[in-house]
Amino acid sequence: MTRPTVRPGWSALPQRRPPRRRPAIAALRVPISRRAGAVLAVASIAVPLVAWWIAAVAISDPQTLPTPVAAIRAGVELARSGALLTDTWASVRRVLLGFGLAIALSVPLGLLMGSFRAGWSLFEPVIGLLRYLPAASFMPLLIAWLGLEEAPKVMLIFLATFFFNTLMTADVVRGVPMNLIDVSYTLGARTGEVVRKVIIPHSLPGMIDAIRVNAAAAWGFVVVAELIASDSGLGYRINRAARFRHTDDMFAALIVIGLIGFAIDIMLRVTRDRVGRWV
Amino acid sequence: MSGRGALELVDVGKRYEGGVTALDRISLRVERGSFVSIVGASGSGKSTLLSLIAGLSAPTSGTVLLDGHPVTGAGPDRGLIFQQGAVYPFRTVERNVAFGLELLPRLSRAERRTRVDWYLAETGLTTLRKALPRQLSGGQRQRVAIARALACEPEVLLLDEPFGALDVQTKEDMQVLIRQIWADTHITAVIVTHDVEEAVFLGQRVVVLGSHPGRIVADLPVPLGDDRDLSTKRLPEFLALRAQVEDLVRAFHAAA
Repeated sequence: MTRPTVRPGWSALPQRRPPRRRPAIAALRVPISRRAGAVLAVASIAVPLVAWWIAAVAISDPQTLPTPVAAIRAGVELARSGALLTDTWASVRRVLLGFGLAIALSVPLGLLMGSFRAGWSLFEPVIGLLRYLPAASFMPLLIAWLGLEEAPKVMLIFLATFFFNTLMTADVVRGVPMNLIDVSYTLGARTGEVVRKVIIPHSLPGMIDAIRVNAAAAWGFVVVAELIASDSGLGYRINRAARFRHTDDMFAALIVIGLIGFAIDIMLRVTRDRVGRWV
Repeated sequence: MSGRGALELVDVGKRYEGGVTALDRISLRVERGSFVSIVGASGSGKSTLLSLIAGLSAPTSGTVLLDGHPVTGAGPDRGLIFQQGAVYPFRTVERNVAFGLELLPRLSRAERRTRVDWYLAETGLTTLRKALPRQLSGGQRQRVAIARALACEPEVLLLDEPFGALDVQTKEDMQVLIRQIWADTHITAVIVTHDVEEAVFLGQRVVVLGSHPGRIVADLPVPLGDDRDLSTKRLPEFLALRAQVEDLVRAFHAAA
């Protein structure tokens, strides 16, 4: 093979004008000032809130769209009557049961799948398939099988979160570097010790991240279950308010649903940051 | 027969599924307390060789003997240092070093502590004992890995390109450190590296591997004595051997 010795005399490469320097706010990944950050964060909440307010005033029909103040007043009223607390607890309890069961089973299963190739080969195909069956479509079946009490609602939340949490946990576990596992063997660790002292602590922050993502789904599906068939819970409260055209009550329930979801998220984020201080 | 503490490879071969031969009939004897460098280009199977000695994978032919007993799996009698990243990110420096000791049932907390303290001091990590790995430099992390392996009091320390990811100055500091540790602990040390200078500086012997398949093509004594420092790298004997080994590595590196 001969190499060319002289570069041919091509025409000059076309030129582009040099790019202008962009302000931080429009530059990729460039940090913005604290003040700009704070202003944007406030605007993030305030702008939609104001838009809601303006729309409500413009429509001026509380049965279609109540103002934020009317919604909050309705919420206070519901709280005073005790209905809000009862409904909130009913929903939270279902999530604790259904999602708690999903965590209790999916974390060990995900650990098994992520740690042993045999576990992966045995469970990944079936779980990968089942997770694409929309959980909500099981609701009529669950009612037929389990009745109208708590069981079908808890089960729906379980179905909606179990498969995803299993696969996400398995992925986190599979992400433990092989070097770390190998070096543990050379330090005298046995298989069970590697799982307990290396794989689990290394995976813990990622497992909590998975739980955080699926907690949002769990919280969403309890409302779905209660909208379909229930005589308690925040979803039931929305249904009931709709029947009587109490739109302000619906908005009050929505706000409470949003706030509780937000609180769950913050709680899990704080836990994750504490557990994953080493990351 | 092999004597006490010697590491011996007898006709060791490794074929992967699919028929690629990584190592072909490697026979090598490493005396107790000696320091052997294994040098070769990529594709010479040098990391595979070390994982066979460590017991992390099994040879497809031949045997690895330690103290005359065949190696059947990984164990704390053969410490292994990887190129990078094999410290536990969720453990502080001192708890990394304590890992192997925590697994031993009849070692008191006080005894564990004494030992951890000694190895932290030996590797210059005492002031960093409470630090997490993410707060450490690459060189400091390798010190943790070394201290952690040594704490198990292995008979053999296996080093797999341990300083390949470090900058040149840090790498040289680490080379001096590993020579000191070797002198202080009378451990048997085997390092694999593609860095010929490193191989000659560290080893009492340099074993050269050829590529595709990995096989021993030369086994040269290093005529430098055991009292070495960085100025040793400027001695004519050093430079001559380095040049000789470099030519061998090149000659047996299948054209890439």
